[in-house]
Amino acid sequence: MTKSNSEREEVLLGNDAVAFGALAAGVDFFAGYPITPSSEIAELLSREMPKRRGKFIQMEDEIASLGAVIGASLAGAKAMTATSGPGFSLMQEHIGFAAIAEVPCVIINVMRGGPSTGLPTESSQADIMQAKYGSHGDYPSIALMPDSVLESYLFTVKAFNLSEKYRTPVFVLTDEILGHMRENVILPPVEELEIINRQEPTVPAEWYHPFEQTTTGIAPMASFGHGYRFHVTGLTHDINGFPTSIPAEIDALMNKLKNKVLYNTKDLTMVEEYQMEDAEVCILAVGSVGRSARRAVKILRHQGIKAGMLRPQIIWPFPKQPVEKMLKQVEYVLVPEMNVGQVRKEVERLADGRDRIEGLNVMNSVMITAEDIVKKILNAEVPVD
Amino acid sequence: MTTPVQMMAQHPALHEWLRAKKSFPHLWCPGCGIGTIMGAATRALTSMQYSKDEVVVISGIGCTGRIPAYLDCNTLHTTHGRALTFATGVKFSRPKLKVLVFMGDGDGLAIGGNHFIHTCRRNIDITAVIVNNYIYGMTGGQASPTLPEGMKASTAPYGSMEPPFDACNLAIAAGATFVARSTVYHMKEMEKLIQKGMEHKGFSVIEIVAQCPTSFGRMNKLGNPIDMLEYQKTHAIKYYPGMDIEAAKAEGKDIITGVLKDENTKMEYCEKYDELIIKKALASEKEKTK
Repeated sequence: MTKSNSEREEVLLGNDAVAFGALAAGVDFFAGYPITPSSEIAELLSREMPKRRGKFIQMEDEIASLGAVIGASLAGAKAMTATSGPGFSLMQEHIGFAAIAEVPCVIINVMRGGPSTGLPTESSQADIMQAKYGSHGDYPSIALMPDSVLESYLFTVKAFNLSEKYRTPVFVLTDEILGHMRENVILPPVEELEIINRQEPTVPAEWYHPFEQTTTGIAPMASFGHGYRFHVTGLTHDINGFPTSIPAEIDALMNKLKNKVLYNTKDLTMVEEYQMEDAEVCILAVGSVGRSARRAVKILRHQGIKAGMLRPQIIWPFPKQPVEKMLKQVEYVLVPEMNVGQVRKEVERLADGRDRIEGLNVMNSVMITAEDIVKKILNAEVPVD
Repeated sequence: MTTPVQMMAQHPALHEWLRAKKSFPHLWCPGCGIGTIMGAATRALTSMQYSKDEVVVISGIGCTGRIPAYLDCNTLHTTHGRALTFATGVKFSRPKLKVLVFMGDGDGLAIGGNHFIHTCRRNIDITAVIVNNYIYGMTGGQASPTLPEGMKASTAPYGSMEPPFDACNLAIAAGATFVARSTVYHMKEMEKLIQKGMEHKGFSVIEIVAQCPTSFGRMNKLGNPIDMLEYQKTHAIKYYPGMDIEAAKAEGKDIITGVLKDENTKMEYCEKYDELIIKKALASEKEKTK
């Protein structure tokens, strides 16, 4: 991993790519609990982190894991955890805490089939809505969805950057297919990766308001032990962190949380457009399904159908602008996904009944193939010029 | 009449540790024991001469959970029952910080019971003060896992039918290396035990039996706060090695106070990580590059 000044080519497991991405981003602290299909991430980090004097701890459950991660982050560490559906459910309590207390942390969810214990060793994309609405209360969500081993690496780095920049938990939603897939990748030199660290306060301690509204929407964050003594709570709080039940102060807090993401939509929009220039049919795919969608576009083009793919790489906040642009352009949208239609509902909401949108929903763990997508589109009898 | 701020000005060292202007007055009921415990802990912190910047005070949810907001150090009010998980993250990532955790009995032993036993097992250098008032005070006096059999709570109107946890025995069995008990009445002893716990290298647990006149006292007709403190005074007995605890309990001495366990042979978690894991990892890396 430490090879420098050159690109690195190797065959890498998706989960290992996540772990290497975390190391490249400078992870100092990992706390986790074993769960299929994410355990390889913890295993690799338990081996590699001590070599860099990083802290690895296996906690008693996922709630404890994210608690330790938040504690470490408040003490100044770049901290993360990795899990899958059932563990992600347990983490929701502390996801809400990290959101309201504005503590940066990265949570990897290698999605498997649910609900409950579901399908531990098989894939799904059924936690997309949970990544947005999983914890109680209103809070912003940032979630990335890679479609390859290389993106698993790059998006983990990006997740750290976004969490440090926006002082909020950031999710990377991969799935069993990606996590357990080996792929040939060319990793960029670590030195060339953009690494963002949280902004620390520079003002005298008595002027420091850890939760104040700033021009960027994000107040600098001091670490415990750095001389800025402040209070952190999961209660609604004022700009100094002390509990408040004054409506005006609660409004200020809730709007600040919401606007962190809302006002930075541009920075938080990342999509892949594949052959979309003249597309009349769009396959809107996320995560590992993007791989099949890309191939489906090629097959359809070969058959004379002007197909293209739009793939949100950051799924939350939902990429409104590129999706609206696409909806204006095409006549038919297919949203293939390994769930009951979580992304399709978002697309339909933007289309507001003006477009023909269909889903291809697989919930039985079997990967959606390019052929499945092609068949669905051909049967849809899309008008072709 | 002297105001609280004036009263605190009479104790400058203590005053310095309180966020007198920012977060007072406190929210505890008249006659509550938690303020006394916060006072004792703060005096312990001042007499150890820690700097306020190196101390992190962490709590869970409930009446006890409100302590950190009043103390002028690094303070963290976490989720219900999970204070020790956050504390583990803080301490393990930055071992130089001194971590003091306050938990209630329901907080630390019911919803946080799993985190409690595992933190005991790891022996990480954190001091946990468990304020035991037998009920959930903040939510109106429901039964907690330390509620003695037969005693009433708002969710045990006919008396509790469940055997209670003994926090100290649980901590000893789970591997905590310093375990002690005191009461709000024994203010000086409590202060000394919290100090000993902070000085101890490893996980230390100090259970403080506290009165909740508003809920527990009222529902069980235990009288006013002074009567409840009187109970602590007359029912406490100081522990000594070899003591016949069952015999003492039979005589009505059901609060065993003092140091119940003090073991210094077990290595502390963060030191062990540096000593064993990091050294081995670095050695294996060296081996590879040879």
